[in-house]
Amino acid sequence: MQPVSYRRVRAVDEAVRAGSAPGSAFYAGGTTLVDLMKLDVMMPASLIDITHLPLAAIEETNRGLRIGALARMSDVARDARVVERFPAVAEALERSASGQLRNMATIGGNVLQRTRCAYFRDAATPCNKRRPGSGCGAREGINEDHAILGTSEACIAVHASDFAVTLAAFDAIVHTTSANGERAIPSAAFFHRPEATPDRETALEPGDLIVAIELPRSRAAARSTYVKVRDRTSYAFALASCAAGVERAPDGTLADVRVALGGVATVPWRAHAAEAVLRGARPNAETFAAAARAEFAQARPTTQNAYKIELGMRTMVRALETVTA
Amino acid sequence: MTIAIGEARERVDAIAKVTGAATYSAEHQLDDVAFAVLVLSTVARGRIARIDDADARAVPGTLAVITHRNAPVLNGEITGRPGLDKHLLLLADDRIQFDRQPVAIVVAADLETAREAAALVRVEYASEPPIASVDDPRASWFFPKQTAHMEPPEIVRGDAASARAAAAVVVSATYTTPLENHNPIEPHASIAAWDGDRLTIYDATQGVFEERRKIAGVFGLPEDDVRIISPYVGGAFGNKGSVWYHQVFAAAAARIVDRPVKLVLDRDQMFAITGHRPHTRQTITFGADGDGTVTSFEHDVLATTSMFDVFTESAGEYTAMAYAFPNVIIRHRLVRTNFGTPTFMRAPGEATGTYALETALDELAEAVGIDPIALRLRNYAESDPNKEKPFSTKYLRECYARGAERFGWGARSRAPRSMRDGRELIGYGMAGGAYPAQIFDAAASVSMETDGRVTVRSGTQEIGQGTYTAIEQIAASELAIDPARVRLELGDTRYPRAMNSGGSTTIASVGSAVALACRDLARQLGGRSRPERRLSATATFTTPDDREGYSCYSFAAQFAEVGVDPDLRTVRVRRMFGVFDVGRVINARLAHSQFVGAMTMGIGMALFERTIVDPRTARIMNANLADYLLPTNADIGQIDAEALGIRDDIVNPIGTKPVGEIGICGAAAAVANAVYHATGRRIRDLPIGPRVLG
Repeated sequence: MQPVSYRRVRAVDEAVRAGSAPGSAFYAGGTTLVDLMKLDVMMPASLIDITHLPLAAIEETNRGLRIGALARMSDVARDARVVERFPAVAEALERSASGQLRNMATIGGNVLQRTRCAYFRDAATPCNKRRPGSGCGAREGINEDHAILGTSEACIAVHASDFAVTLAAFDAIVHTTSANGERAIPSAAFFHRPEATPDRETALEPGDLIVAIELPRSRAAARSTYVKVRDRTSYAFALASCAAGVERAPDGTLADVRVALGGVATVPWRAHAAEAVLRGARPNAETFAAAARAEFAQARPTTQNAYKIELGMRTMVRALETVTA
Repeated sequence: MTIAIGEARERVDAIAKVTGAATYSAEHQLDDVAFAVLVLSTVARGRIARIDDADARAVPGTLAVITHRNAPVLNGEITGRPGLDKHLLLLADDRIQFDRQPVAIVVAADLETAREAAALVRVEYASEPPIASVDDPRASWFFPKQTAHMEPPEIVRGDAASARAAAAVVVSATYTTPLENHNPIEPHASIAAWDGDRLTIYDATQGVFEERRKIAGVFGLPEDDVRIISPYVGGAFGNKGSVWYHQVFAAAAARIVDRPVKLVLDRDQMFAITGHRPHTRQTITFGADGDGTVTSFEHDVLATTSMFDVFTESAGEYTAMAYAFPNVIIRHRLVRTNFGTPTFMRAPGEATGTYALETALDELAEAVGIDPIALRLRNYAESDPNKEKPFSTKYLRECYARGAERFGWGARSRAPRSMRDGRELIGYGMAGGAYPAQIFDAAASVSMETDGRVTVRSGTQEIGQGTYTAIEQIAASELAIDPARVRLELGDTRYPRAMNSGGSTTIASVGSAVALACRDLARQLGGRSRPERRLSATATFTTPDDREGYSCYSFAAQFAEVGVDPDLRTVRVRRMFGVFDVGRVINARLAHSQFVGAMTMGIGMALFERTIVDPRTARIMNANLADYLLPTNADIGQIDAEALGIRDDIVNPIGTKPVGEIGICGAAAAVANAVYHATGRRIRDLPIGPRVLG
């Protein structure tokens, strides 16, 4: 436990100024931050309460939909435009967490949620993400939920967000602001693989505030789905998940295809290898299986999570079957 | 308005509970109360090399930091009824024997200060490699002296080995169940207050009198100088049935700081220091005739216990009495591991034992090619083969028949993987179960004022199962009066003595005492509706002598339908239905709630629940309710239960048999058998899920 100061801000520039102080953290839904503060995993010196900033709107843009960072998960999941144009996004949100958490958690906070790795959450154990250089407790320990894609020697923790998987699939843009100005960060550049620095999870710099997430419209996004496999039917993290969207050419082949994976990777995982197999191909069981094999050829399981290769492939196939049915 | 036994009355305390008017342990308000927070070890085995509490003591408002260096001598051997005893590691020395072992108590004027100071207690350990698994080569098994129910650990009838050698069919398999934690929603909470040498503890407990005896023993007090108060308990399932660390620590700390002390456990602490259901590994071997008649039965139960105490999960007691197996050998063995001591958890022994046996029977039915119900009827025990006594009542045959009819068992096609709904594989599974009808000694008093108001008092507990409602119903019905005239006072050692609310005994024991006291009072009333002067009666109920010649059990027939996604391996319980022979039902609504709740717990056992332990460190890695998975509403379609409602005139004066725990008996096996029927895959290690169904 350590003392923490609290300040509610009323304007974005005020938030940015306050947030640039060392040790500060933005407080929005609080569903990750407060939880991890209780565990001594996140120990900010000051909390900047941004819940009263005017950043909750969902607006049309030239490219698509711009979702304010403070929009609640539950509000986004039932927004008619999201449901119609980005069904995978709505489904991913609806299958996340619990109803209570979805009513609290914000979209901006969602993409910053931390891994559920038990070693990350337990300050009594080693974790390179929580305490760089202390080692990885999971690699030789309990790793049945851990990643098989995008791992490094330092870290095999799974990225926990369902929503972020859909961002990876549909090339969403994370809009930030800071004392240095505004940035539009493509989701592919936003999430960092652990490599040697698993504590560096995103492209955010100290003081950066996420103000919105923009979903570019596409035919593939409008015909999309999110399949999530988990231990129980509600309130559980993905063992494997897949966001998939397709656009069919007049001849029935796949003119455009977007596939991203969750539950199996250290970051929201765009399945480029699978997409390369699928693009221009006829949608059928053989193609889907070949795409899944291509993507999971690079999988690197540890001691307890080899089941995720087969499960991940089947999840991807199910998502592709669903969107091409 | 009078009320009948069996009527589906709403809970009399429902409004009080949902509005917060019912006072739970942590909510009692005492003047000048201080707050205690525990510091628990981060290693599971070794020694405390160093404790630095200087920073903790320096926090303004800190009243005490109690460690093994300055703790008073607290008697770790709490004497009393064998099998219920606990050896507790009460800051006696520097040895660490399990993950999250208490190493310090920090007391402060407010909770925030206590938490802050607790975080500043710096402990260094000289850790040693713990034994975290029964497979550790350093772990060796031993025979306990007795099971947790004080039964012999080995049961032998006839010659199982010879009968197996001569059997036409032999089926053998090994089943495992993981560590499970009770996880009642209310955390353990104690407030201890001394008045000179008299001690009062407000506690979330399943037994105020058992706690009084043990606490008096620890502190060397006459029992009369200890008072335990527990009007409401927010769920228990067995882990509030013992005196654990927190009650002793709260009382010790209160004496040291000379103020009342409140100690509420955190969820992760509950996983380690208030018991769990131990890991079991059970091997069952049948020898049988070609028609499924079992001629030989062998059951080996290996379970975990702690390094410093013995708790024997009695998984073989059910298998000893359940079927008419002629040649039997059942043995219980234990392995010591570096976890806290296991304890009773809803249907202790029966939940694990019915899982293994009722799954093994499904395998035998498959091997000999007959219907699972037919196999059970072929081996039906008309009398208790273990105690060699008739059953007081046994309507299990009727449970099978009624369950099969209501569930639609006849629609099941025999072969595994032969039923589908669209893409989904459908499986039907069933299982039987039994739970012993014990009686714990209980007393109750009933008084009637001249205005007709009635007060019933007993030192029993409301642990969420509905004691207030059911006892009021019994009293009102015995006296043939409006239940609005009855007031109940429970959960206090100032009331007549009753034993633990455990083992599904409360209604049978306390309810019988209340009924007897009411009958006495009715005699005194002599037909008048109101007395001319205050009348009172007290009754004590113990196991009746005329029960001695009988074996008394509740029985269950459980039916489950699951849907399994053949590709994604997800399992959903589409339907579950249980039929129960529990004697006379006091309140149909409460009984249904108990059945459905326990069946849900069985679904959790089959599909979700397990305490995950790092095999290198013996550290619990999912000590929270997001990672320790319990069933959600979305996991279960329809769930329903029915009681036969046939009164048992032998078991006790009110004719009831156990309701609280019978619902989990056989539930996990019914689900596991349904998964096999759906998929053709026999998963023998619980829980079943997408990770293992692959």
